[in-house]
Amino acid sequence: MSEALPVNTGTARGEWHRVHPLSMAVQMARTLASAVIPAVLVIYGSASNGPASAGLSWATPYLVPILVLIIAINLFGAWLGWVRLRYRVGENDVRMEQGILSRSARSVPYERIQDVSLEQKLVPRLLGLVEVKFETGAGGKEELRLAYVTEEQGETLRETVRALVEEENAEPAPLDATDRAAEPASVASERGELLFAMPPGRLFLYGLFNFSLVVFAVLIGTLQQFEAFLPFDVWGTIASIASNETLTSAEEAFSSYSFAARVAAILYALVSVIAIGMVSGVVRTFIQDWAFRLERTPKGFRRRRGLLTKTDVVMPIHRVQALIVKTGIIRRRFGWYGLSVISLAQDAKNANHEVAPFARMEEIAPIAREAGFALPGEAVDWHRPSPDYRFDKALLSAGTCFAAALGFLLAKATLPPEAQGLGIGAAIMVVFGLAFAAQQLFLWRFQRHGVDERFVYTRRNWLAPRTEIASRVKLQSVEVSQGPLSRWRGYASLKFGLAGGTFEIPGLPLEEAYAIRAKVLESIAAVDFAKLPR
Amino acid sequence: MDTEPLSKLDPAYTTVMRIEGALTVLPFLVAALVLGFAEVLPAPWTWAPLIVPVLIALVFVMLVPIKRYLARGYHMGADRLRVVKGVLFHADTVVPFSRVQHLDVEQGPLERAFGIARLILHTAGTHNASVTLPGLAHADAISIREAIRAHVKRESL
Repeated sequence: MSEALPVNTGTARGEWHRVHPLSMAVQMARTLASAVIPAVLVIYGSASNGPASAGLSWATPYLVPILVLIIAINLFGAWLGWVRLRYRVGENDVRMEQGILSRSARSVPYERIQDVSLEQKLVPRLLGLVEVKFETGAGGKEELRLAYVTEEQGETLRETVRALVEEENAEPAPLDATDRAAEPASVASERGELLFAMPPGRLFLYGLFNFSLVVFAVLIGTLQQFEAFLPFDVWGTIASIASNETLTSAEEAFSSYSFAARVAAILYALVSVIAIGMVSGVVRTFIQDWAFRLERTPKGFRRRRGLLTKTDVVMPIHRVQALIVKTGIIRRRFGWYGLSVISLAQDAKNANHEVAPFARMEEIAPIAREAGFALPGEAVDWHRPSPDYRFDKALLSAGTCFAAALGFLLAKATLPPEAQGLGIGAAIMVVFGLAFAAQQLFLWRFQRHGVDERFVYTRRNWLAPRTEIASRVKLQSVEVSQGPLSRWRGYASLKFGLAGGTFEIPGLPLEEAYAIRAKVLESIAAVDFAKLPR
Repeated sequence: MDTEPLSKLDPAYTTVMRIEGALTVLPFLVAALVLGFAEVLPAPWTWAPLIVPVLIALVFVMLVPIKRYLARGYHMGADRLRVVKGVLFHADTVVPFSRVQHLDVEQGPLERAFGIARLILHTAGTHNASVTLPGLAHADAISIREAIRAHVKRESL
């Protein structure tokens, strides 16, 4: 490899290229964040005169040189990494070679590329760079990632490779190298029809429903993470606050309040917690879903969103295996639902395939139609799970709690009066029991499943009700499964093999499970999976 | 209810499961014997540690393999394979041949000694990504594999 590799063109076919030189800056920023800041903390912590860290205090005078050295090594590493990385968009594949000492060469044939997606994290975005991911659908981390090229290069690269993938899949004949790659038509066709977008007002409402107390968890987690580096003992301080007069005086102050003032204080605490939860929900939502746009392009659904990390994902429609319409127990009252898809070879559990996170049913229906699915209509013959199943579930959850409450009461009656907390235990168990009973009652009224000509539907869950829709021909296998209890009581679960997700109908009467399986298997076996419309 | 008669697995599968069970219990049995010879416990109880491993061995060598064998079965349909298994947790799985991505026939050393094999069907599903049918006579496993392969090939032509 010569030193004169072209850097800025980036997309011409059959030549080796380097990624954008500014990638080094991004790399630097990342190592700075992940290595230098902790290093500073370590050195600072060791320099402060704790007895435990005396071993490192010699480092104090060399603080600045050490930091400079760390930065220099990082710089050199980033440069070396950049020099030693090259990629090529070739005749049959995309290749990437990298590695400073040990080289790795990866080749991804066009016919294996499912999609090309672009991602912009915060720092690359400031520099106008994108990361190009070639998704093979093999699932997982072994994807080819090009970090980073300029935004235009990313777009052209995506168009070029997509066009090549199309050709490879359509006609395996060798192709003319030049005229297709530069064809502007495919770029123009990217401008799809807008299916769904979320203006800031809608986003704000969505954020309110995304109430989360995660901010507290994050705070505590960060404290724990950096505890060792902090110049004071966090938990010790908290403990001393708790044991010292600070809290005791607060307690005294509290007990000196009048009843009304106490109620007001509790309400104030509650309201502020709720406010913090809502604010953090809104902030999180704005960061993740800012400028959410879903478009129907010839290649599939194209979703763009994000405030700091902008993502641009295309989900080919033929890869959609099932739809999930989910909602929350509160947002359901206001008629808000979210639509996400289960897609073939979903890379990871956290891969998010939301296509309309917060929408009205009228907005969801056309998207479902575009995906080749239908929301359950009037014709669906909904069935309830077996009453025995519901009864057993209620007995196991609520029944156990009530039995425990009874146990507490019996203990209270028989044990000497010194035994503490039995009444409270009974009360807690009764509360849990009532909650479970309410859940089971709700599920008895709500949980349903149904089968029609083309789809299998389930409706389940209590606090986050969801409707799942699976296409019959896209299922892979059908299993009737029973545990000891369900064998004794004569019901079964129906588990479908679904690419990229799970689909299950629990607690069916045994005969019905076998009947549904027979019906669904007819439509599965009739069509070869490889020949499904693409 | 699916009423078609299930084909039984090769009887040698029971023997293999018995040997596997015996191998699992063996370390515990040895440990109990050592305790006995070392006379860790006083006179009438010297051999008492043997009771538990022997009971477990009886269950895993005598009872479980035959129960499992009786619970398992398969049915080779025209376009699908049905695999039934499970003593306590019963699972009855059907895989249409048109959804089979690829096929494996596997043999461990013990299975090879008794001439049986496992047939594994891989699908694209996340649940039941691979459906295993153990305890087939090796020749049967091969012929089922060939039949499914022929079907897949015919379908995708």
